[in-house]
Amino acid sequence: MADEEQERAPRPTRTAEIVPLRLPAVVDEPVPLADPRTGDVDEWGRSERVRAFVRKAYDPMYRRWFRAEWEGLENIPAEGGALLVSNHAGAIPSDAPAIVHGIETELGRPIYGLADHFFKGTPVVGTLWARAGGVVAHPDNAYRLLREQQQLALVFPEGTKGTSKTYNERYRLRRFGRGGFVEIAMRAGVPIIPIAVVGAEESMPILFKLPSVAKAFGLPYFPITANMAFGPLGAAVHFPAKFKLRVLEPVTFDDVESDQPRYSRSRIMDESEAIRQQIQEALFDMLRQRRSVWFG
Amino acid sequence: MGRRVLITGLSTFWGGRLAQALEADPDVDVIIGLDTREPRVKLERTEYVRSDENYSILSRIVKATGVDTIAHTFLVVDSTQMSSRAVHEINVIGTMNLFAAASAAGGTVRNVVVKSAALVYGSSPKDPYWFRETDKRTGTPRTRVERSLLEVESYVRDFARDNPHVCLSLLRFCNVIGPDISTPIVNALQMPFVPKVAGFDPRFQLIHEDDVVSAILFALDQQIPGIFNVAGDGQLPWSEITAIVGKRGIPMPPFGIEMATDPLRRLGLVDLPPELISLLKYGRGIDNRRFKAAGFRYQYTSAGAVEAFVEALRLRKTVGDRDAAYHYEEDVEQFFRHSPAVLRDHPPS
Repeated sequence: MADEEQERAPRPTRTAEIVPLRLPAVVDEPVPLADPRTGDVDEWGRSERVRAFVRKAYDPMYRRWFRAEWEGLENIPAEGGALLVSNHAGAIPSDAPAIVHGIETELGRPIYGLADHFFKGTPVVGTLWARAGGVVAHPDNAYRLLREQQQLALVFPEGTKGTSKTYNERYRLRRFGRGGFVEIAMRAGVPIIPIAVVGAEESMPILFKLPSVAKAFGLPYFPITANMAFGPLGAAVHFPAKFKLRVLEPVTFDDVESDQPRYSRSRIMDESEAIRQQIQEALFDMLRQRRSVWFG
Repeated sequence: MGRRVLITGLSTFWGGRLAQALEADPDVDVIIGLDTREPRVKLERTEYVRSDENYSILSRIVKATGVDTIAHTFLVVDSTQMSSRAVHEINVIGTMNLFAAASAAGGTVRNVVVKSAALVYGSSPKDPYWFRETDKRTGTPRTRVERSLLEVESYVRDFARDNPHVCLSLLRFCNVIGPDISTPIVNALQMPFVPKVAGFDPRFQLIHEDDVVSAILFALDQQIPGIFNVAGDGQLPWSEITAIVGKRGIPMPPFGIEMATDPLRRLGLVDLPPELISLLKYGRGIDNRRFKAAGFRYQYTSAGAVEAFVEALRLRKTVGDRDAAYHYEEDVEQFFRHSPAVLRDHPPS
């Protein structure tokens, strides 16, 4: 009886019953959250819808203009991450869209192009570039793409050093950066797939450069191209050089562990140089067999 | 013995909501709220102490009350709210005094939660798309708020190093969105035309205001030491956010925009802090997986937070200015709370 009375006695009301506040849910199994997205822009800024449109628009260019021909496409895995590495050329590089288009149409899987942050900082260009699959080349971005999401990524280790070289230096590879691409592939535990591209050099050859103009506009370089002879419209159009792309054997690093904070610098530089040599030799081999710049 | 909690910035949105939530916790014995202004929310048992903006009385309060937990929510992250002088006083000097008081010899403080912001990472084209807690910003901080937050974080680090017995959680929140809070983004989305920068469509990451309160409570409850990014899952472009809200964007020139908006800002016509302008160009993403690994569960993704915000706005437009969930009749509540006629051992059905 006494117990009952005690139970009946008023106890202070807890404010929890009055103040409606949703405390963190203590659920063991995470419930998938509603994610009411309307667009299809992914976390990298790539939009499959935009890509589909670009593919449609670029396809005639790829097939009729450059008449791109692949060799060794089977070296690119149908699934799993891989870092594609290629030579880079042309004042406005024509190799990047050709490689991306070729892989997306032939293999049917998306590919992300890692490039300088210069693009992201440029209005309009930056947005279009991101929607078409461009990603700022940051080690963290590359790791997340390759390791965690097992995607394909394309990188040009020469960077603007490759695209800014003049015509008389064509098909001579520049320094492969500081070998960062090797370190990323090691950390992500993915193979590097070297690609040699012939044709981009002749599609927009640089005759000479104007460093002072580049400086004034904050551009990486300001080229005077042969295409400019065809007027302001011609300056933006590539010459119809025959494109040949050769995918080389994947380079794997089975003996190094992934996810390490640091890798041997000498090993990185050796691997980087070896890959550069491979692409260089493949290029010379392809040039030896090439009878015509325009017809292959 | 229950916990004794000190909340800084009681009259801010976060301080108020946090105090309300802690009042509901029977394990919390004492809640003391510090601020320069009166609290704006209904509080039952929180004790409000008015202080000057840099908390010079703080050490006396800490000593006298023997608080063991401090929730430092009074950090200004929106530079449109006040002058840069005041921001410096509140953020830097306030934090300095707070930690000086908390680290006094023989102190009772064992648990500190600091509400910082992802602003410390900045926003630049060189950034990784997902900042981790260990990452440094890529550009130099240009705005007063960012610089002050970096200084605050350096005090936080010093405090954590000097007081290893204190469990300190530093939470970095991304941009908050919600019907009850006023932030530059929330304000921008409520303008008839939403500002955007021509030629840019950055990816944004957002967190709902409810998740922010839950996150602070979670950190207080779980006592997890370290730095944590707190943000909703996923990123979505600014254009998509404006589309969900159902507004049209008004493009601003991509160059010289700070200069262009500065006179308008002085006239009070636009309310665009410089931090938001760089965000509208380059966006920012923070990696929230560490906080998730600590056990926190979000209620909203970035897109979900926008959706919830819009729905609350629509409801408010039709029903009134308060969210229905927070609307109750004061007198009736007082009756339920204090009348002896109410049977209290039956759970409310």
